[in-house]
Amino acid sequence: MIEPLYIKSREGLSTGPNIGKSRTAVEYLARKIGLETLRSNFPILGISVRGKPLVYLDNAATTQKPQMLIDAVNRYYSRENANVHRGIHYLSEKLTDRYEEVRTKVRGFIGAKVDCEIVFTKGTTEGINLIASSFALPRLKQGDEILVTYMEHHSNLIPWQIVAQKSGAKLRVLPITDDGLLDLSYIDEFLSDRTKIFAFTYVSNVLGTINPVRDLTKRAHEVGAVVIIDGAQAIAHLPVNVQEIDCDFFVASGHKMYGPTGIGILYGKAPILSEMEPYQTGGSMILNVKLDNTIYAHIPHKFEAGTPNIEGVIGLGSAIDFLNSVGMYNISAYEEALVSYAYQRLLEVPGINIVGPFEPRTGVLSFTMDCAHPHDISQILDEEGIAIRAGHHCAQPLMERLGLPATARASFAIYNSVEEVDLLIKALHKVRKIFG
Amino acid sequence: MSSRGLYEKILLDHAKNPRNFKVPEVFDVKLEGFNPLCGDQFTFYLVFDGDSIEQVYFHGNGCAVSKASASILTTLLEGKSKREALNIIESFIKIMKTSPNEKIDEDKLGKMAVLVGVREFPVRIKCATLPWHTVEKIIQGETHSVVSTE
Repeated sequence: MIEPLYIKSREGLSTGPNIGKSRTAVEYLARKIGLETLRSNFPILGISVRGKPLVYLDNAATTQKPQMLIDAVNRYYSRENANVHRGIHYLSEKLTDRYEEVRTKVRGFIGAKVDCEIVFTKGTTEGINLIASSFALPRLKQGDEILVTYMEHHSNLIPWQIVAQKSGAKLRVLPITDDGLLDLSYIDEFLSDRTKIFAFTYVSNVLGTINPVRDLTKRAHEVGAVVIIDGAQAIAHLPVNVQEIDCDFFVASGHKMYGPTGIGILYGKAPILSEMEPYQTGGSMILNVKLDNTIYAHIPHKFEAGTPNIEGVIGLGSAIDFLNSVGMYNISAYEEALVSYAYQRLLEVPGINIVGPFEPRTGVLSFTMDCAHPHDISQILDEEGIAIRAGHHCAQPLMERLGLPATARASFAIYNSVEEVDLLIKALHKVRKIFG
Repeated sequence: MSSRGLYEKILLDHAKNPRNFKVPEVFDVKLEGFNPLCGDQFTFYLVFDGDSIEQVYFHGNGCAVSKASASILTTLLEGKSKREALNIIESFIKIMKTSPNEKIDEDKLGKMAVLVGVREFPVRIKCATLPWHTVEKIIQGETHSVVSTE
């Protein structure tokens, strides 16, 4: 475990009138977290793409996987495979223990009170769909309101459109400011005793904006609304504590936190989860089955029908070990400095417009260029071995609000370096040369 | 193949200085083409003279490939009969579906030749074909909806 960095000390490292962190400041923090060793734990970072070393800046889409995860999954298939929660035999018992240990690990990682508040899902999308159909749909009725925000990923919008259509509840959308922050001057207008659900993202997958989740949760609870937080873009980048936030639900995806795809986390407060109907039914989620009647298992197993994604859970456990070995405070401090440097460097490229605030933000950096369409930017960068995303990022209403058909998005993770930011900037100058 | 093969000089010229790129004052029919995946969005405006196409205009937003492709298309269809235009469009879409290894007589392609390199970049083929699909629909008489590549 590395010593936590004292966050405030970074202020003193800032240079001159620039708003961004200096290269020296980021390099200092890189040494503190042992960036070189950390990078060597990710085998894919050593490969070449189109004859150039890979610069992976598409971390908001999915993160790369550390060797310890690859080894753990390999070991599981080579030596540990069985089904969980079933067999009275060595392998099954051992693996069931390991499976449940990961649940405990997740609980600790997000600061939940008890293990049974952690449900394994396929990912954030399934988590929100589970809440929408098992919690919201049976409870909402005409006259009720669901509140989301303008910066939601489609996965935190479409399930609520459907709940609204089916229940007769009204779906409302909290506006954002031109700077890409939630417009809290509207909060009293949009949040009322009619609001039964307030579902919002912790961090925008387009703007990088960090939302004031604790305040929003408090405001929502004051009017009696249940709070659902989409933590997909936060969980690998910020220290998360669901008890401090006091949210009722929190969902995230394994593959955006250095874990495998197809595994996700759903946190729900135990009393709420206990009252909910199952999402899917079948094996594993039962206590006793008669031909005409079934008694469901207790939480969390009530929500884990069928043989689960065991490989995913094992891999998720390794991903959390990795995150803990660096420390979430170190991760957020380093990434904040890196993105602040990147923001500043991007501003220095003529004809660039950054979409989203300077702070408070994470390493999701969307931009457009006057001379080139995001797809063309991405194509030229790809030729340089640099992976970014271009498009609407599954947030079409937000793009419409911003008046942009698409953006280019570079998104950073703990293993990215100042050198990679410099390569990005160099490649963007090349884009200017070709299209300018 | 490097992106240099994609962004050839002529293609870049059409992208930077697209021909017939405006909303015309008068036109007979218009139709919007939209690629929801990347947000490419162009509206095409056709002016007919009896059975032939007098002029094609377009306006909107898109990447260099889609814009250049649209620009080239508008210059190709000028003065063509509807049947000729449909044949040109059909042959272009057919070419874009072939493997990049398949040899094509570029001399025969004329202005279309510059777009053949796009075949090397499978994700960009839709950028190149969107304008052609849209105009095809207009000529076939479909003018009431948005043409989508998805």
